Amino acid sequence: MIALQETKEINTASIIDSVKSDYCGAIDVFIGTVRDNLVGKKVTKLFFEAYETMAVSELQKIADTVKEKFKADKVSIVHAVGDCEVGEIAVVIAVSTPHRKASFEACEYAIDTLKETVPIWKREYFEDGSHWVFSHP
Amino acid sequence: MKILLFGITKDIIGSSTLDYTVDQTDLTSESLLELLKEKYPELSKLRSIALAVNGEHANGTEVISDKDEVALIPPMSGG
Repeated sequence: MIALQETKEINTASIIDSVKSDYCGAIDVFIGTVRDNLVGKKVTKLFFEAYETMAVSELQKIADTVKEKFKADKVSIVHAVGDCEVGEIAVVIAVSTPHRKASFEACEYAIDTLKETVPIWKREYFEDGSHWVFSHP
Repeated sequence: MKILLFGITKDIIGSSTLDYTVDQTDLTSESLLELLKEKYPELSKLRSIALAVNGEHANGTEVISDKDEVALIPPMSGG
């Protein structure tokens, strides 16, 4: 399952179900959630904007690479779009592999690559303003 | 051609798309990006700025026509 969804629509249990595989003994799941602070500043919410068609195709590329590189059977990645309140889910990555080590490594590879290649932008809101994350050096 | 804008580039240019007419036959994505940076100097102050052409990260060599879907890609921050 590769998808962009409103955070309230993201169903972690069904994403985990989507990678179950009879020949895999491991499922690893990474869940990114909205934390309430940035270097001591209180974050009130996030807003995610995506170049949706390209974001889906870049997520699919990550899933394809994970299958090849880590011998994963199934890979699901669901990223939030729109508003995300503190504690809500920004991203879920689930990977099934025959043995556990590969599934841990695959999740780490997937989230690290997502941050580099998937056209999604995060705006952080504070009590006194907001900014697009990483925009300026 | 409408150049798609996202994130901070929308704030810089003040719109969600940018009309651009390709008036040369050998315009590469690298030259187009340079032209946009000249027109909107704030783009050069970003941590990074790049183009996507037809939904793929551009490598600078793509030749752009009015039929292509072009997007400005400021620093990504998913996850």
